[in-house]
Amino acid sequence: MKYLEGRIGWTLLVLAGLVFPFVTGNDYHLTVMSTAYIFALATLGLNLITGYTGQFNLAHSGFMALGAYVVGILTVDHQVPFWVAFALSGVITAVVGLPLGFVSLRLKGHYFSIFTLCVGYIMFLVIEKWESLTHGTVGIIGIPAPTGFGGYVFDQPRALYYLVFAFLVVGAFVMHRIVTSLLGRTFMAIRNSDELAESLGINLARNKLLSFLLSVFYAGLAGGLYAGFVRFLGPDLAGTHHTFEMTTFMLIGGIGTILGPLLGAIGMPWLSQHLQFLQEYRYVVFGPLIILLVIFVPNGIVGSYLAWKARRASNEAKKLAAPKAAQPVNTTAPQGGATHA
Amino acid sequence: MDFLQQFLQQVLNGLTLGGIYSLVALGLTLVYGILHVPNFAHGAFYMAGAFVSFHLMTRYGVNYWLAMAGSAAVVAVLSTLAERLVFHPLRHHSGLHPMIAAIGMMLFLEATAQLIWGADFQRMQSPYSGIVELGGLTAPVQRLLIIAAAFLMMVVLHLFLKKTVTGSTIIAMAQNRDGASLVGIDANRVAMLTFAIAGALAAIAASLYAPINLVYPAMGNLVITKAFVIIILGGMGSVPGAIVGGLIIGFAESFGAFYISSDYKDIIAFVLLVVILSVRPQGLFTKGVR
Repeated sequence: MKYLEGRIGWTLLVLAGLVFPFVTGNDYHLTVMSTAYIFALATLGLNLITGYTGQFNLAHSGFMALGAYVVGILTVDHQVPFWVAFALSGVITAVVGLPLGFVSLRLKGHYFSIFTLCVGYIMFLVIEKWESLTHGTVGIIGIPAPTGFGGYVFDQPRALYYLVFAFLVVGAFVMHRIVTSLLGRTFMAIRNSDELAESLGINLARNKLLSFLLSVFYAGLAGGLYAGFVRFLGPDLAGTHHTFEMTTFMLIGGIGTILGPLLGAIGMPWLSQHLQFLQEYRYVVFGPLIILLVIFVPNGIVGSYLAWKARRASNEAKKLAAPKAAQPVNTTAPQGGATHA
Repeated sequence: MDFLQQFLQQVLNGLTLGGIYSLVALGLTLVYGILHVPNFAHGAFYMAGAFVSFHLMTRYGVNYWLAMAGSAAVVAVLSTLAERLVFHPLRHHSGLHPMIAAIGMMLFLEATAQLIWGADFQRMQSPYSGIVELGGLTAPVQRLLIIAAAFLMMVVLHLFLKKTVTGSTIIAMAQNRDGASLVGIDANRVAMLTFAIAGALAAIAASLYAPINLVYPAMGNLVITKAFVIIILGGMGSVPGAIVGGLIIGFAESFGAFYISSDYKDIIAFVLLVVILSVRPQGLFTKGVR
């Protein structure tokens, strides 16, 4: 297991991702995997604000839909090139997230979650009702495929797969750099205790807002990719069930880790594929599964593995320390006796 | 006169909506007071209440009121089971985990309802389909019934909480958990009782409202989100706050739908919340920081 941790493990995962299209000869599998990657990217964002900073944002799918609609509206209704629209999807999502984050982050704990639930609902209803801008329930049809250099168009499943995969790899790498930096430690300090973090001189409002903005930026980009990949958009994308789904991914893999949400977001759709006979009834199985996980494996797969490793390391450290600690007592006692005598 | 009639009509609608919202919010606020958990599954209990009533009436031809009582009993049991099997094991966990578990339960109940009754919109018949004319004001009997029943339930709940020992134990637990335990109140019993009452209230609200609305698996989502808005406005855990908040949202929606836009009427509650919390993060009726 030790060999698989750190750089080697990540390299192997990237290699597996690169080889995957050659292993499967099936376009359908590529589509399932690419969709999973897009939601994995959004889940990484949710994990930053929820797993690392401790603020459970229930409007996440609203922000993802916002990014997607930026691309959809700009490319279809205003003939903006895909990549310009895509770049704007992240930026506009963050710009919209700024006032929303500012207002909602003044609330703590449950209040923040409930408030963002309402914000998410407003975003969904606005997308559904503002027909002149968003095409309402009809949705946006005919979003152009992303273009490459020299007139190349990403419209084949394999090309799209690699495009989405590249974004996921870069996204995961950047997220890794964020959470291992001082900024990431700051976020974790806030998660562990507001008061403690504040007494260390951390500016709570500013750091929470920064985490929130980074998080929705990921959601916006994932949404932009989704628009270019699926090429059709409906208000459904903003539905809270997508946030709940991403929460499940995060929880199963391990909240507050990088690998966990990735594992969850990529593994769960495959599990759903095998439970396809259940289709929309899958929550008859997954609902109780979520509850059981929360009760018995609250740290998810990766979190539990890390906890197990930490326990083992501390046991071994104790074993090593025990004889050393015992030794001086044995040797000094007679000496002490000798000097007295 | 015409203006006054329209105005009174909206007052009637506001009271109807407000009564329903208050009943749902009351259950939510009681549970929050005891466990300090936002029960996202409460909307699913509301939905289950409507479906059980619907099932009893269409399949077994049970009388409307008996169906309502039966559905209240069934959902009360369901809600108590949720407390025992889900929230009780999680009572020592941080805020995030019970919330996610509640969401898991909500998804489970919705999927189960869809499995049993299908995803289609169902219409529930009420024996009271008549219309009362009062000085030019038309009022469907079902709406008057909702108002009367909802406010009756509030009075009953108030008397129960204030005048009986069992009711007082709930208030005591909400005020101070340790203190309540010290005077010999069984925390488990109170938690179960509270969940049962919350479930029954949700089922009654759903059964009252269903005849003038539709019954479908996702029907609880919008109601529960509004109920959360209400208890944030009214102060989480506060019983009078839930009633006042419910009426505020009910009136805001009925007047907003009529005088502003019926397309956006579902947004009104949330916009109201966002505006109020932007100005007063601590809510309307509470003091102190969150």
